[in-house]
Amino acid sequence: MRSYAIYVAKRVLQFALVVFVGISITFLITHLTPIDPVEHAVAQVSTFGFSSPESIELLRQSLKELYGVGDNLWEEYLIFWRRLAMLDFGPSLSAFPTPVSELIGRAIPWTIGLLTVSTILSWFIGNILGGLAGYYSRNRILRILGMIMMGLHPVPYYIVAFVLLIVFTFLLPILPSSGGYEMNLATGWTPQFAGSALLHSILPSLSLILVGVGSWFMGMRALVSNIVTDDYVTYAALAGVPDKKLVTSYVMRNAFLPQITGLAMSIGAIFNGAVITEQVFGYPGIGRLLVEAVHAADYSLVLGITSIAIIAVSAAVFIIDIIYPLIDPRVQVTQ
Amino acid sequence: MIAVLRDLFRYNGEFAIGCMIMAIILGIAAASFFSPYEPIDSYLVALDAPPSLEYVFGTNSRGQDIFWQLTFAIRNTLAFGFIVALISRILSLVIGLISGYMGGIVDRILMSINDTFIVIPLFPLLVLLYFVLRDDMTWFVLALVMAGLGWAYDARLIRSVMISLRTREFTNTSVFSGMSMPRIVTQEHLPYVLPIVFSTFMNNMNWSIGLEVTLAVLGFTDVDTPTIGGMIFWANQHSAMVSGVWWWYFFPTLFVTLTFIGLFLLAISMNEYIDPRSRLDRMGNS
Repeated sequence: MRSYAIYVAKRVLQFALVVFVGISITFLITHLTPIDPVEHAVAQVSTFGFSSPESIELLRQSLKELYGVGDNLWEEYLIFWRRLAMLDFGPSLSAFPTPVSELIGRAIPWTIGLLTVSTILSWFIGNILGGLAGYYSRNRILRILGMIMMGLHPVPYYIVAFVLLIVFTFLLPILPSSGGYEMNLATGWTPQFAGSALLHSILPSLSLILVGVGSWFMGMRALVSNIVTDDYVTYAALAGVPDKKLVTSYVMRNAFLPQITGLAMSIGAIFNGAVITEQVFGYPGIGRLLVEAVHAADYSLVLGITSIAIIAVSAAVFIIDIIYPLIDPRVQVTQ
Repeated sequence: MIAVLRDLFRYNGEFAIGCMIMAIILGIAAASFFSPYEPIDSYLVALDAPPSLEYVFGTNSRGQDIFWQLTFAIRNTLAFGFIVALISRILSLVIGLISGYMGGIVDRILMSINDTFIVIPLFPLLVLLYFVLRDDMTWFVLALVMAGLGWAYDARLIRSVMISLRTREFTNTSVFSGMSMPRIVTQEHLPYVLPIVFSTFMNNMNWSIGLEVTLAVLGFTDVDTPTIGGMIFWANQHSAMVSGVWWWYFFPTLFVTLTFIGLFLLAISMNEYIDPRSRLDRMGNS
C-alpha cells in the first residue's frame, strides 16, 4: 500500500508538471503577439454598439488581466494563474456577455462522452482482434483484416470523417449529418433526447473508432506474436492448458498491459482527432467551439478552451496512470 | 547496403509497394518545376471543367488546373513534413542519447520534460499560435513550432535503446580503453540507433503532414501557399461538393492518402530491417 502511495505521489507531481508547462506555453504564445489583443477585442465588441460602457469596462478589465498587457511579465503570469484557478476567463466576445466558463461547461460533456465511448471501444476492439491475429497468425480472415487495418491506420481523421459523411448522409442518407441532437428537441434526460443524441453520435464515434482501432490492432498483434514464443507459453501449452484459456489468460492478459500505457500516451493525439471530427459533423463539443471561437476572433474563449483542454487531457492521462498498478501488480514493486 | 535493399525489395512486399508509391508521389512533386502556371495565379483556365484529356484532373472554381496545382501542393506538403521530421529527429536523437547514456538525475529530469511533451495536446496550442500570429504564421514558422513540440515520443524510444546498449560489453571495453563519452556515443552507439531514427522519420513525417492538413482544412495556416490541406480548404470555401465539383476533393484526398500509406509502409519495413528475426522469418516462409 505504501509503495502505491509513493507511485501516486510521483504521478501527481508529473500531472502538476504537465499542467504547469502546458499553461506556461499557452501564456508565452499569447504574449508573443505584436498586436494589442485587448484593444483589438474591445474595438470589435464596441463597433456593434449594443453594450453598455460598464460591461465594456468589465471586458477590458478581464482581458487585461488575462493578457496582462502593460504590466510586468511576472505579475501578468501570476494573475493569469489566479484567473485560471478560479476558472474565470471573463465574458466571451462572440456570445457577449455569456461567460467563457459557461460556454465551455456546456460543450465539454459532449466531448468527454464522445471520446470516452469511442476510445474505450476502439481500444478493446483493436486489442482483442489484434491479439487474435497475433496468436492465430495463419488465419486467413484475420490476415485480410490486418491488411485493412494497415491501410486504414495512416489515413488522417479528417479524410475518414469526410468519407463517412458523404457515404452515410449523401449517397445513403440513413444517419443525421450534423449536430449533437435533433434541433426541435428540448435538452434533458428524456428517452427521445437520449435516443437522438445517440443516433447523432454514431457517425462521429464511428470515424474516431475506424482511425483509432488500427494502431491498437497492429501494436497488439506485434506484442502477442512476441509473447507466443515465450517459454512460459510453450510450457503451458505442453502442460495441456486448453487453447482458449491460453489465448485469454496467458497471452492476451500480459500483452494488454503495455497497451494501457500506450493508451495514456495517445490521449493527446485522440483529442486532436476529436477536434476535427466534431468540426466535420457539427458536433456541439469543445473542438467545434474552439474552431468557431477562432473564426469569430474570440480571444477569451480560445484561451479558455486551450487551457481547459490541456488540463482535461493531462487529467485523463493521470487517471489511467493511477488505475494502471491496480491491473498490473508488478508496478507497485518496481516503482 | 545494396544487398539489403535488394533483399528488402524482393522479400518485403510492404517495402516494394511503399517505394513505388513514394516514387509516384515524388515524381508528381518534381513535375511542379515544369508547371506552365504560377501556383498562386487564378482564373487561367476554364472553370469547373471535369477531368479530360486537356485537364487530366479537371479544373476548379478558381480557374486553376488541378493537376498542376496538386504538383505544387504535394511538393510543399512533403517539404513541410521533411523539415519537421528533420529538426525533431535531431532534437529527439540528442535528448534520447544524452538521457540514455547519462542515466541518473539527468535522465530523470529529461524524461519528466519528455513525458510532459507527450501528454500536452498539441492541436489547441497550434490553433492558439495561429490565432495570435495570424498572417505572420508562415509554413516555416509552423514547421519550426511543430518540430519543437513533436520530438518527445521518439526521444523515449531512442533512450530505451540507448540504455540497453550502455550495459553491453563493448561499451565497457570502450570506456576502459579510454574513449571519451561523446566519441563512444557517436561512434559506437549511433550506428545502432540510426535505423530507428530513419523509421521514426517516416512516421514523424506522417504525423506532421496529418496535422498540417487538419490545420489547413480549417483555414488555420497560410492558405495562400498551396498545400494538400489548402486545396481541400479552398474546395470547402467554394462548396465544391454541393456544386458537384467532386474532382476538387477527390485528387488531393487520394494523393495525400497515398502519401500516408507509402510513408507508413516504408516505416514498417524499416522496422523489419531493424529486427532481422522477422525478416528471416518472412524469407523462410516465401
